[in-house]
Amino acid sequence: MSEVLLRAQGVGKRFGGFVALQDVDIELRAGERLGLIGPNGSGKSTFVNCISGDFAQHDGTVTLDGHALAGLKPHRRARLGLARTFQLPQPFASLSVLENVRVPLLFSGDAARATQRGMECLEQVEMAAKAAMLPRELTQVEQRRLELARALALNPRVLIADEAMAGLSNSEVDQIIELLLRLNAAGTAVIMIEHIMRAVTAFAERLVVFVAGRKIADGEPRAVLGMQEVEDAYLGRQ
Amino acid sequence: MDPQLSLLLNGIVSGLLLGGLYAAAAAGLAIAFGMLDIVNIAHPALMVAGAFLVVVIGTTLGLDPLLVSLLIAPLFYLVGVGIYTFYHHFFERRGEEALQGLAFFFGVMFIVEVGLVMAFGPEQRFLDPDYAFITWRLGEIDLPLRMLVPAVLAMAVVGLLILWLRRSFTGLAIAAVAQDAEALRLMAVDPVKIKRLAFGISVALAAMAGGALVVVQPVEPSSGQIFIGRVFAICIMGGMASLPGMVTAALLFGVVENVTATFYGPSWSPAVAFGWLLLVLAFRPQGLFGKAA
Amino acid sequence: MSATTIPVTAETAGPRNLAFWGGAIGIGVALVVILRLIGNDYGYFAGYFVLQYVVLASAWNILGGYAGYVNFGAAGFMAAGAYTAVALRKATGLDLIPGIVAAAFVSGLLGLGTGYLTLRLRGVFFSIATLCLAVVLQTLIVNWDYVGGSRGAYIVNPLEIPPFASWGEYMFIVMLVLAILTVGIARAVEHSRIGRGLQAIRDNERAAEAVGVPTLRLKLIATTLCGALMGVAGAPLPYYSGYLNPDAAFSLSYAVNAIAMPLIGGAGTWAGPVIGAVLLGTLQQAATVTISSALNLWIVGWMLVIFVALAPRGIMGWFRKRR
Repeated sequence: MSEVLLRAQGVGKRFGGFVALQDVDIELRAGERLGLIGPNGSGKSTFVNCISGDFAQHDGTVTLDGHALAGLKPHRRARLGLARTFQLPQPFASLSVLENVRVPLLFSGDAARATQRGMECLEQVEMAAKAAMLPRELTQVEQRRLELARALALNPRVLIADEAMAGLSNSEVDQIIELLLRLNAAGTAVIMIEHIMRAVTAFAERLVVFVAGRKIADGEPRAVLGMQEVEDAYLGRQ
Repeated sequence: MDPQLSLLLNGIVSGLLLGGLYAAAAAGLAIAFGMLDIVNIAHPALMVAGAFLVVVIGTTLGLDPLLVSLLIAPLFYLVGVGIYTFYHHFFERRGEEALQGLAFFFGVMFIVEVGLVMAFGPEQRFLDPDYAFITWRLGEIDLPLRMLVPAVLAMAVVGLLILWLRRSFTGLAIAAVAQDAEALRLMAVDPVKIKRLAFGISVALAAMAGGALVVVQPVEPSSGQIFIGRVFAICIMGGMASLPGMVTAALLFGVVENVTATFYGPSWSPAVAFGWLLLVLAFRPQGLFGKAA
Repeated sequence: MSATTIPVTAETAGPRNLAFWGGAIGIGVALVVILRLIGNDYGYFAGYFVLQYVVLASAWNILGGYAGYVNFGAAGFMAAGAYTAVALRKATGLDLIPGIVAAAFVSGLLGLGTGYLTLRLRGVFFSIATLCLAVVLQTLIVNWDYVGGSRGAYIVNPLEIPPFASWGEYMFIVMLVLAILTVGIARAVEHSRIGRGLQAIRDNERAAEAVGVPTLRLKLIATTLCGALMGVAGAPLPYYSGYLNPDAAFSLSYAVNAIAMPLIGGAGTWAGPVIGAVLLGTLQQAATVTISSALNLWIVGWMLVIFVALAPRGIMGWFRKRR
């Protein structure tokens, strides 16, 4: 539990003259549960896109297991075990639920056993019964589960759950938290980006706070939430 | 003056005038493609349809082509409104604009072009106003009115358009529609209505460009084809949603193409258009004047 | 590749492949026998006409149907193939079959280059580039005296070509083989992980990349394959008509049919372009006898617009149960 798996050093991103993210250092240990919070526009999504490779160019460095990720496209990073979900579920609309999960397996896993592994991933998120359905026939929470199953198919070492619970009911939020806890228990480190404070406090063992593109706090959740700067940032904005 | 230098100067000046025609042809597309995100590849075909209508009406009534093109602009506005209504209903609303929507505009382009062949035959048509045969001379530089008048008209129309887009509420809404449809909804502006209006204007501009085309050169049903590469290259080079950028790109494009034609022969000018487009796409997709992403 | 097909067919892939190839060869042999019994060169002419569209439409479908990227330059790629065959014949004396191979190579390279320059951006830029490609290639060909420029080039064909009954039959059989191969390739792509990856790209390119699909590489494979097969469709053209000029090679009807046929038949399935090509090709072949070719094309344009609006899944969509 002690080795650093994912390390971001001095990560920053500018759009024209606008600084979206500046000089962020974050270390994630293997199997860790990290919560990342901050007001809208504080740079959380920008950070995710720098890590995932969606932004080809940014300041600073990102390493996974000691290997620099610079210049690697998103699909290469995904195959190295860096999986993400999207704020809005982005299923492959014309493919069945099982086929959605088989796509990552065909390209990164054991292609010959893709069907079997795909079903296993669906079982992990309790979606095996819906394998033959089309994404548009699923409910909100089921689409979220599919999104997670598709990320699981990459056999990830790091899972970035980008607002995986937005728009869900209370009981559905609990279901997803439970699911993420189970994945984490199986060894996947998780970065949870979330506005639902209840979910973050229930899940994270460490909390990072972004405000205006900078990291202003990093530590044990209770301590971080008690900090004056964090309170100011949230109250000041709202 | 050195004859080579004089040739070059004339090449540049007539290139600028040619650029005026290109600006006219690309103005409507800058709205449809640049601002509304509607890839109307039928735009040059609609321009040629406008040109044919101008020739027919102008010849029958003995009117000036540019005047006729302004008269038929409202009709083309309605055609544009009709096309957009259809496009929105069947493609944009369903989120199928990528494949089916592109195929739709391709079909429209095709129907217009083949329709013109059936109605008028493949031959060239022309309608020369009297001033088309006058050339002003400024020292060594020739200013043929055949090129100058359409270019001036095009600049005037584009200038008015820029003013309108910047000053009027509707204009601002059009400029905003591609960027933030949700914000428009909050402002109680229906984005669909705005897009319909803007697309109508874009097709009306095609009619105006058709009139300019008639003054400059004889037209045939397939005239639109060689404009496709040019107008899209100009829109992209100009930074998509910027009319001043579009005009600058059009003038530059006209000069490069005309100077190439002067020194290497006119049959190579279409290759220049495509080469430019590819270079821009490969190295500066945000356009010559757009901001880096 | 067939080992990684859709799960339900994984165990049945072998027999299904056998059924496909058996059926295709069966239909091919039957066509040859029937045409020989009819014994009229017009039959071969009409058959060739339809089959070249089977190749062209299937080629378009690999990029357009599976990946959702629209190629407007079918006529350009096809003409590149046709003129490659002409140039090869003139330069080396090599005839039809080497010409087809060379055409696949040249047009495939053209597809790869266009894709490489534009596909890293929004897909519509690729479409616009292909739209201009035909115009510019035509300019180049018109200015290229070696292959005849605007006057065109003649190719003298032998009268007899044993064991075939006639030159027409030979050309028909060549195109038949090309069509069967093309449909077979398209079907193999559809059932392979390449096809699945292309479908994922069509549905959601960003998500595809995020789950490990090498999107740019797959798209480049598709543009190359699409270009190469379009070149293959064009390579026999000069041998078929004995004469090739820019107007014929860059004919508008190739550009519009390459898009209309897959979309009307049902894009994204290997059978869709075949249905579309047979249907529209036969209709156009029959109609040229009675109506002008312009009206003919005009009708195709209207059919394209009506189908994409009202039946976006094409004819194949009617047979699939709605879910």
